[in-house]
Amino acid sequence: MSVIENVSRRRFVQGALAGGVLILAARYAPRLLRAAGEPTSPTAVEPSLWMAIASDGTVTIVAHRSEMGCGSRTALPLVVADELDADWSRVKIDQAIGDPKYGDQDTDGSHSVRSSFDLMRQVGGAGRAMLITAAAAQWNVSAKDCTTEPHFVVHRSSGRKLGYGELAAAAAKLPVPKTEDLKLKSRSEWRYIGKESNSLFDLADMVTGKAIFGMDATMPGMVFASIEHPPVLGQKIKSYDDKAALKVPGVKQTLTIDTVKPPHQFQPLGGVAVIADNTWAAFKGRKSLKIEWDSSPHSVYNSAAYRKTLEATSQKPGKVVRNIGDVDAIFAKGGKIIEAEYYAPHLAHVSMEPPVAVAEYRDGKVLAWAPTQNPQAVQDTIATALGIKKEDVTCHVTLLGGGFGRKSKPDQVAEAAVLSKQLGKPVKVVWTREDDIRFDFFHSVAAMYMKAAIGANGKPTAWLQRSVFPPIDSTFDATATYGDGEMGLGWNNLPFDIPNHRAENGPAEYHVRIGWLRSVANIYHAFAIQSFADELAKSANQDSVEYLLGLIGPPRIVNLEHKADDAEEAKLFPLDTARLRRVVEIAADKSGWGKRSIGKGRGLGIAAHRSFLTYVATVVEVEVDNKGQVHIPGVWTAVDAGTVVSPDNVRNQFEGAAVFGTSLALFGEITATNGVIDQSNFNNYPITRMNRGPRQISVHIVESEAPPAGVGEPGVPPFAPALYNAVFAATGKRVRELPLSKTKLV
Amino acid sequence: MIRLKVNGKESTFDGDPDMPLLWYLRDVAGLTGTKFGCGMSLCGACTVHQNGEAIRSCTTAMKDVGGAEITTIEGIAPMHPVQKAWMEVKVPQCGYCQTGQIMQAIAMLKVNKNPTDQDIDTVMSGNLCRCGTYSRIRAAIHQAAKETA
Repeated sequence: MSVIENVSRRRFVQGALAGGVLILAARYAPRLLRAAGEPTSPTAVEPSLWMAIASDGTVTIVAHRSEMGCGSRTALPLVVADELDADWSRVKIDQAIGDPKYGDQDTDGSHSVRSSFDLMRQVGGAGRAMLITAAAAQWNVSAKDCTTEPHFVVHRSSGRKLGYGELAAAAAKLPVPKTEDLKLKSRSEWRYIGKESNSLFDLADMVTGKAIFGMDATMPGMVFASIEHPPVLGQKIKSYDDKAALKVPGVKQTLTIDTVKPPHQFQPLGGVAVIADNTWAAFKGRKSLKIEWDSSPHSVYNSAAYRKTLEATSQKPGKVVRNIGDVDAIFAKGGKIIEAEYYAPHLAHVSMEPPVAVAEYRDGKVLAWAPTQNPQAVQDTIATALGIKKEDVTCHVTLLGGGFGRKSKPDQVAEAAVLSKQLGKPVKVVWTREDDIRFDFFHSVAAMYMKAAIGANGKPTAWLQRSVFPPIDSTFDATATYGDGEMGLGWNNLPFDIPNHRAENGPAEYHVRIGWLRSVANIYHAFAIQSFADELAKSANQDSVEYLLGLIGPPRIVNLEHKADDAEEAKLFPLDTARLRRVVEIAADKSGWGKRSIGKGRGLGIAAHRSFLTYVATVVEVEVDNKGQVHIPGVWTAVDAGTVVSPDNVRNQFEGAAVFGTSLALFGEITATNGVIDQSNFNNYPITRMNRGPRQISVHIVESEAPPAGVGEPGVPPFAPALYNAVFAATGKRVRELPLSKTKLV
Repeated sequence: MIRLKVNGKESTFDGDPDMPLLWYLRDVAGLTGTKFGCGMSLCGACTVHQNGEAIRSCTTAMKDVGGAEITTIEGIAPMHPVQKAWMEVKVPQCGYCQTGQIMQAIAMLKVNKNPTDQDIDTVMSGNLCRCGTYSRIRAAIHQAAKETA
């Protein structure tokens, strides 16, 4: 239950909202908690959404989520503005600092719109109702006879109008209507939600260079720091010599940061910081440092050997995370059995803006500006690092030059705070691209083992899948070897119609920091499942699309009762195979599947995957030239993300997902030798350039009135398997490891 | 003392002559529209114009730009047809690389007023976008070319 409050006359309203005359704040118990019977009294949860109308009519809406390219900062206020019936050109967005009063601010998991949609509509709707009541009182007419047009209340019969700014003071004296009494707009009345005309709030600033990213944040009197981190996770400084570094013009001094102890969480890695009066001097000084490092247990990390360990584990029974029927009994009967192993390497995020932050420690308090997906994690991390209270950490959020999950982990912000405390002045920490790639929280390496028994009609009668990877949990618990969180990411919710099915997870130890990367474990899980599905189709000599539809089976709600944690989510967002079938059919149709001849050396591949509650199917067309190089003439993606706020932005996200998918399918691979990461910049960790990306990307959004689901991530998982299946169609070569550059195709 | 013109303004620099132009622009001149992405001319986020031609400011030392006319994104009068096309096509996602993309595109359209897809690919493949906005960049360049034709 949400409770909207009129806080217009509260003294605690500060910052951009302080000029507001009518100010509304919404207390919000997240829907899922609410349904689970968690505390819902008004005192149990703090206000999480704020909106103010000033006497000049300016509407200020707080964006409590970060903007990293997915459009959250625009989409959330747009929904409020729609229900308020505000003129979007008179709306200002106030980016929230990190504060638990805003509820969950972690911009990840593709859930910004999904988690806040209803509340935002209610806040806007409450404001509109109060403005109408205020106008009706002034005119001495019934509120029922009044309506709104953007930024005005209108009396229907007389045509009289009053602006929102003129009405704000009177509306501020009114009680807030009860949520259940609010009459929200019908879908047909929406002015902004679902409209093609929506564009990013910061668009003009982005194309003129005025947009302020973390890299652009400054504080008066700040110095610049570049940090030489331990090459191997956990190494301590044995000794270091900074004489040459200190001779570099602009270098002021060096400082050390203690090496992180496990669990490393988001704490600074440690190392030697070069402090200078500009970024370049700090970089240059660092090159002259001579550091001798101690040993680390992670020096044993060699990717080739580690892969063998993962693959050996994947051959052994693991922890069962879902079980239907009895796969062992079916396998014991013999008959046609197909097995396959898949492998996916570590990946690095490489957002175009490397990690960066500026922070000042003064009088026991920290002020930080950072491109962070999670300003509350900044508060927690700095509080732990410096032994202060999290309330004493203020984190302002800049625009993010990409995030992809890396910037939910604020180690570099804590570095700035730790150094500022030592120096007594503000510090800007700038990571080089080499730092970014070598010291990432890596997307996990993974090995998957698949086994199926095939029935008379070519369809599996039993399907076993086992996934092994060092888990993200190892970041928070150094002893963790199983990935409980990763199981819900495309592994314990296989939407196939197979009478006997078991999904398992095997253990693996971490040697580098493991973290979330856009769509996370869905990447390797969808790769294994959707590749294996295609292998079975081809083995049965059946069309890949028809076979995939057969695996998905008839329209139904998939029973996910074994996922007790997600029971409430499953009620609101049931896994509906009709929606999955529909995206498969649309993607196939749009690509001309089976209807056109595409020529020698070319092939089409399909894959479908539901993640972040969104159904996606992708067809990729490849052309493999006589040198074995893969070109991508076309990509057709069908998306059912429920209700969509900004369709053009959704298309942009899925176009981008195809390019992101191309990077990881064709080139992406991070490896380690004796614990040291082998890659360092875009020369040896390439990402897709324009000339290697898909020539055409066509995104079809399924019209839906279902609740909004995720859009930032779900485009990524089906891309790689669709491309690999296309490569098989083009060449007859079945490749079972990412990336494709490791396999010679001719 | 190095003398140069930045966005039409006479400027001098007497710091480390090895300092890349990028860091002079950002840390000394306060022009932060030019971005740092790789430091090795691999990504193009730092693209500016030297005497009208696109260069990578992250690997161009201050000692090599004496007497040069440098134009950054701040020196482009908005809305340039390329910027306008970028807005109409709604190219950006995070926006970080886009100033470099725009500077590269403006320089290209000066010498090639009607580029083909192939021309665009050849010139623009030096500019990385991790969000993956390439198909929109291509469309925006075609649109800008049409408008300026």
